[in-house]
Amino acid sequence: MENDTLKIGGREFHSRFILGSGKYSLSLIQAAVEHAGAEIITCAVRRANTKEHENILDFIPKNVTLLPNTSGARNAQEAVRIARLARELGCGDFVKIEIMRDSKYLLPDNQETVKATEILAKEGFVVMPYMYPDLNTARDLVNAGAAAVMPLASPIGSNKGLATRDFIQILIDEIDLPIIVDAGIGRPSQACEAMEMGAAAVMSNTALATAGDLPLMASAFKKAIEAGRQAYLSGLGRVLVRGASPSDTLTGFLRD
Amino acid sequence: MENEYYVDSDKLSEAALARKHQIENDPECRTDPMAYLPGQEQIESDIFDKVISAAESYQPEAYTGRDVARALQKEHLTAEDFKALLSPAAEPFLEQMAERARIETRRHFGNTVYLFTPLYIANYCENYCVYCGFNCYNDIRRMRLTPEQIEHEMQVIAESGMEEILILTGESRTQSDIQYIGEACKLARKYFRMVGIEIYPVNVADYRYLHECGVDYVTVFQETYDLKRYEQLHLLGHKRVFPYRFNAQERALMGGMRGIACSALLGLSDFRRDALASALHVYYLQRKYPHAEVSLSCPRLRPIINNGRINPQDVGERQLCQILCAYRIFLPFAGITVSSRESETFRNGIVRIAATKISAGVSTGIGDHESKYTGKEDSSGGDEQFEINDGRSLDKMYSDMESEGLQPVLNDYLYV
Repeated sequence: MENDTLKIGGREFHSRFILGSGKYSLSLIQAAVEHAGAEIITCAVRRANTKEHENILDFIPKNVTLLPNTSGARNAQEAVRIARLARELGCGDFVKIEIMRDSKYLLPDNQETVKATEILAKEGFVVMPYMYPDLNTARDLVNAGAAAVMPLASPIGSNKGLATRDFIQILIDEIDLPIIVDAGIGRPSQACEAMEMGAAAVMSNTALATAGDLPLMASAFKKAIEAGRQAYLSGLGRVLVRGASPSDTLTGFLRD
Repeated sequence: MENEYYVDSDKLSEAALARKHQIENDPECRTDPMAYLPGQEQIESDIFDKVISAAESYQPEAYTGRDVARALQKEHLTAEDFKALLSPAAEPFLEQMAERARIETRRHFGNTVYLFTPLYIANYCENYCVYCGFNCYNDIRRMRLTPEQIEHEMQVIAESGMEEILILTGESRTQSDIQYIGEACKLARKYFRMVGIEIYPVNVADYRYLHECGVDYVTVFQETYDLKRYEQLHLLGHKRVFPYRFNAQERALMGGMRGIACSALLGLSDFRRDALASALHVYYLQRKYPHAEVSLSCPRLRPIINNGRINPQDVGERQLCQILCAYRIFLPFAGITVSSRESETFRNGIVRIAATKISAGVSTGIGDHESKYTGKEDSSGGDEQFEINDGRSLDKMYSDMESEGLQPVLNDYLYV
């Protein structure tokens, strides 16, 4: 387990829990990071676009990797502009592409996401695109230079868990980049399940932000993600394999 | 009912007074509120018919407690469910509605509340809307800030820490033309991260120009969606044209604006119908322009200078709370703004249930921020649009929201 690291953009991470920083009190960010054991935290560039008064960036511990996101972008061009601004603000080279042109469900626009990924990867960004789990798009993202692929589990903020389970499994099976399950993970057991499936990491925000005790929930997620990862590495037991095993072999009738 | 709105100023000439009385008393001499005036752009849209026909056919009394209970059990509500939540039958369910609304608000917006302040830059007006303090017959001190004065006001507000501003004017195209407003918006971009406007409705090209000046959000209140009532309350001026006003948000989106806000002024007509129409207006706009950020306001009538009798009629705080809970449950993704027309106690309570944005450090007068913020004596300002009900400063509001367990957010926006 000690050598089991997550590698993205030339960096190695021991934690597989990516934490969101929106939707809750700035004063809780530090505690959330500590209890989650998180090494990557996301932050909306638009939220950081503020004056000195309680800038969210000041609340993010310096020892974690900042993953600025482009939320607010409605097309590739806007996402590119926001990513460049993040770099200017000193947020580093990691960027999570979020492009939505739907204010109701906040579903990502896969087509525009591929375009933005291509431009930003060429500019040296470590691009982590948030996407709807579609295999063809995922392949396009690989070709465009993405460093990881972040499919949604269910609509953002819905806490509905792995509604897109089977499609995420296809990405895990077919794509040679870390698949990070993002959006819709509402409880630790769902995060655990995503990790059992072979996801490289899980990202969560609303589930923590709306929990009764945020640090405690962060800690619960940490344990669930570790448990799921260990289960994946150990190989799931035969009870979970599809179908029943007959007591007599089906091929017993065959003669030499 | 109109008589409580009509006030005659002794400063009006005999001719003006005669004209005022004539349009007040003789509907025949008033213009057709459905007829566009020269220069008002007509767009192709089916939203008007959908919203107005739904509001006209709505019978709030037809819904029962069963309809309300059924609506509250659904994950996604239809317009029919929403009508049940707005009906009198939903009144006994207020606490349950508040609980559901709170869950939806937290799910979509987390533990945050956005803060902003309005800035009135002129109060000249060419309309006669009988309930409004700025109406052209009301005897108030009129003022239009110069660019230097606007910048000074903005500096004072920005120093308080505010990052989002809503620029307002009275509705006078001659006194506050588009270029004047555009220049004010360009100045605002220097001092604030986010700029919205609440001005008279304009054409698509004008919205595009204002967007280029740095504006991304447009608020227009329809006041009432009841055409017959609208005609009786908006007696004179460009604002009298009902469909031109209705289509303003759509023209704003066509002009490239990121977001829009809709509302009725509650208390002018049947509030349940007006609330239904306001939410459906937002609902259909979002369906047609899915990228648009949409929000609702919920102003209730307030007293104005020279008429302290104006009040929100049958829209009490419980009714307002019911409307806001219904809005939240039907449109969980929509922003809901609650202005300083409401009291401190109400606003502290409603941010825990449904509201996502509130104003602070508010003045509805012209050019008086310095005196209001610093206590510096100054009597040269223009009069206010209505009396506010919650005068908390930004600092006080910020700490009060933290006490409510919420994270105040001064900006969550980028101009791209």
